[in-house]
Amino acid sequence: MNTKKRGLVIGLILLALLFAGLYILENTISSSTMLITILKKGVIYALIAVSMNLLNGFTGLFSLGQAGFMLIGAYTYAILTIPVNMRGMIYQYYDGGIVQFALPAIIGILCAGLLAAFFAFLVGLPVLRLKSDYLAIATLGFAEIIRAIIQYEGLGPLTNGSNLLRRFPTFQSVLYPFAAAAICIGAILLLINSTYGRAFKAIRDDEVAAEAMGINLFFHKQLSFVVSSFFAGIGGALLAMYQGSIQVATFKSAMTYEILLIVVIGGMGSVTGSVIASFLFVASSEWWLRFLDNEMFIGTFQVPLLRSGFRMVVFSVIIMAVVLFYRRGIMGDKEFSLTRVRNRLLNRKAGRNA
Amino acid sequence: MKKTLALLLVLMLMVPFLALGEEYAGTITIGIFEPASGDNAAGGKQETLGMYYANSLVGSVELNGKNYKLEVSEVDNQTSADKAPAAAQTLVGRNVNVVLGTYGSGASMAAAPIFEAAGIPAIGASCTNPGVTLGSPLYWRICYTDDFQGDVLANFAFNDLGVKVAYTLNMLGEDYGAGLVNYFTRAFEKLGGSVVADTFPEGTSDFTAYLQNAVNANAGVIFSPSSTTYASLMLGQAKSMNLALPFVAGDTWASLVILEAVQGSDLKVYFSDFFNENDENASQVSKDFVTGFKAWLNANPQNLTNNGGKDIIAAVSALGYDAYMTAVEAIKATENGSKEQIAEALPAVSYNGVTGMIVFDENGDAKKDIAYINIADTKSLNYIFVTTTSIQ
Amino acid sequence: MNGFERLFPYLLAGVSVGGQYALIAIGYTMVYGILRLINFAHGDIFTVAGFFMVYMSATMPLVVSIPLTIILTVLLGFTVERVAYKPLREAPRMSIMISAIGVSYLLQNLMWYVTGGLAKQYPVLPWLSNSVTILSATTKIVTIVTPLLTVALVLLLLQLINHTKTGMAMRAVSRDFETAKLMGIKIDRVISISFIIGSFLAAAGSLLYFTNYPTVTPTVGAMPGLKAFVAAVFGGIGSIPGAVVGAFLIGISENLIKAFGYSTFSDAFTFALLIVILLVRPTGLFGEKTIDKV
Repeated sequence: MNTKKRGLVIGLILLALLFAGLYILENTISSSTMLITILKKGVIYALIAVSMNLLNGFTGLFSLGQAGFMLIGAYTYAILTIPVNMRGMIYQYYDGGIVQFALPAIIGILCAGLLAAFFAFLVGLPVLRLKSDYLAIATLGFAEIIRAIIQYEGLGPLTNGSNLLRRFPTFQSVLYPFAAAAICIGAILLLINSTYGRAFKAIRDDEVAAEAMGINLFFHKQLSFVVSSFFAGIGGALLAMYQGSIQVATFKSAMTYEILLIVVIGGMGSVTGSVIASFLFVASSEWWLRFLDNEMFIGTFQVPLLRSGFRMVVFSVIIMAVVLFYRRGIMGDKEFSLTRVRNRLLNRKAGRNA
Repeated sequence: MKKTLALLLVLMLMVPFLALGEEYAGTITIGIFEPASGDNAAGGKQETLGMYYANSLVGSVELNGKNYKLEVSEVDNQTSADKAPAAAQTLVGRNVNVVLGTYGSGASMAAAPIFEAAGIPAIGASCTNPGVTLGSPLYWRICYTDDFQGDVLANFAFNDLGVKVAYTLNMLGEDYGAGLVNYFTRAFEKLGGSVVADTFPEGTSDFTAYLQNAVNANAGVIFSPSSTTYASLMLGQAKSMNLALPFVAGDTWASLVILEAVQGSDLKVYFSDFFNENDENASQVSKDFVTGFKAWLNANPQNLTNNGGKDIIAAVSALGYDAYMTAVEAIKATENGSKEQIAEALPAVSYNGVTGMIVFDENGDAKKDIAYINIADTKSLNYIFVTTTSIQ
Repeated sequence: MNGFERLFPYLLAGVSVGGQYALIAIGYTMVYGILRLINFAHGDIFTVAGFFMVYMSATMPLVVSIPLTIILTVLLGFTVERVAYKPLREAPRMSIMISAIGVSYLLQNLMWYVTGGLAKQYPVLPWLSNSVTILSATTKIVTIVTPLLTVALVLLLLQLINHTKTGMAMRAVSRDFETAKLMGIKIDRVISISFIIGSFLAAAGSLLYFTNYPTVTPTVGAMPGLKAFVAAVFGGIGSIPGAVVGAFLIGISENLIKAFGYSTFSDAFTFALLIVILLVRPTGLFGEKTIDKV
């Protein structure tokens, strides 16, 4: 108990240090630099990846519906928070739309999560009875259906049909998405370490045995699915804020695949792994590997292969390498902890001394 | 050994800096925000060519007696609303002073908040959706808008083609098509016609059912503003069906892709356009542009390939050229070409461009009221000029 | 025009599209039957076959480029299995499925890189591209040929599976992987053969598909791929006749939905159908009952 408490205190101190560091960073460099952009996007992806990990890594439910719930979250947020005086302009073909009020951003984000969770509850009722790959394909199909419904012209006054939504409140400071993600990931961690979390892992490891031990399979699957979707919805809302405008096309199955790959790279069943992998994924795809897309000359010699699109090829090769050769990802199913790092360092020293 | 290698590498990396021979007081970067891949790549590349051509003519400006280099920095937005914000972020990260683009209104609207947050002014060349500039104080536009274009096309279909029922078809989730269809429908119904509307999901290959729907609806015309990738599939299937209905579309169809799709068929394909290279009443500026641009295209095989392999001038190239020159006009009115000063200078710009006079209204839209209506020739790869219209 | 004449063109298009889905669906269903793997990369292999043809026909006559396309596609399918799936034979099923998603991601990015993200025009195959009129519909000859060829290929395949030694081995492996192994069946060989057959049919499907819709883009195979997969599930995954019937049903109903003016939902319908089928009869129309083994 004591070590647990100490761990919590150390964790909170680290978190405070992180925020202080971010605050200083933001006030020393220009906010438009790539680093800040990567931090914003990375932390949002981290939240989404952790929410998917809860489902796929901790509960063993192979769901591919994440993009669908993010879509619900993003649209809920946008629809509820666009200022009333902007609506006439944005819903230009629908006479300003039918929603004629605007909620504060924080309530919009909460509603985004709640609505995504509500839909997850409805979808979960039938779909969660399916087994592994059937579940995957059913959730994938569900995400596609959501996409078609939102684009439906008949719902235009609500969703703006084929046209994008914009001018909703966004954040400027990197501290906001970090704070939101920290709270959400903290909540997921609490859930994972509770009795429910242990039940999730039992279901993942052996469904039949878990049921034999008296774990209510359906209840726990449903709980994991709803909670995961709640945070995916919030992640979607944050992503909308990050982008400043949203359209249905953003949330295709390719988005789900990307997040799944992040989870795999980080390690199925590791929260810290997902977080680390998110930052690595975003930074390398948007920043570090960008140079691969540009033709490069050393003197008059043109470096071969480099041109538009090469970045993604290299990137997908790296991902395939991880999937094939480092199947456990960066962290496996372990968490990053200072204690372990310290122990390992001490052991190494001890080993050397011996 | 390692040290010498490292030294060599450092020297090699410095070569580009040494090569900078001319003396410049500074560099003003013009960001090109256009699709180089994806459904609209053909059009985006042509628009970009116009900008590069303009850059080859005006590569520096003199401000307060100091010479500034004008550098272009290109990024591919794939015209998709999901890739556009990341691409816009890249331009912001490169600290560009002004942005040109993009082909495809949806991507412009998706990127507008990002440019705005960074305080970078943007000039749209061919994005026709009114939403691009509406409520975006830092977005300007040099072409006409869809409410005008929809009106012109509806009038053309109703009065010139004598059609009473129109069938509209646009892609789900695409701003450009949805907007133009909306304005067309309003105008067409106001004239006394009726409209049957249909949409197709992204990734559709089979358009036979839609074409059949148009026939069954007794429509006299198919109005289908869509990307050229889908349009060529649609026209190919219309060709196999021996469809007699004429097609009417917006500016995106003014493309070599469409011309190739209708070769050897009896299809009638009309579209509105910003510019026509064979217009005999064109201004001297336009005529100079046509000869100059053709020579520039033919001088470099890579440019010719990007133009689709022929030296036919697309209107978007002319608009790309005009967008660049408009930016240059604004830069000339500044002290040092900073993004803030360009934004301040843009509203007062008055520039006689290839596609007509460019003067902005309070929305940031150029006051343009002439549209060319062309028909795609089915015998040779060419546009045949039908009429110019303007509606007050 | 009476009702049938009105609907006939839609039915014809539906049957043709269904035939194309069927050729892809067989690849899914055979691999699933044996490996219990949803081969997400199958739709992309179909697209790559389209690009092989585009690039080769630019320099070679059709008599050379068509067989070469088929050979290269088969080689690709074979290689993907050996490189990306075989090392994961003992890993959990989720890993191998993720590997399939990774392959799909890689192939799409690779195609994007090679083509520069530009749509390519498919070569015109003589005769197949000509127009023909039957009853109230005018269409390309390939539209009529597709379903006929599909049925012929499927009958041939069923002969192979039911009446040859290889076919028997395939059936044995799909019934019981472990026992088949113990009985001395060379599992790896059987798996390779099923990938080869699947890729061959995907190549044949791509020839027909792109003759009908001659624009090839890196993502063009994604939707037909997904729908073919739905068809395979619909018919009972693992069952070849089931996949074919499912594919024709989906092709036809999709076109009828467009005919009745609900085109917004033509894709969504396919997925709704999938979810309903999974809930009502998880093993599909012709699927075998599975028993949970502890």
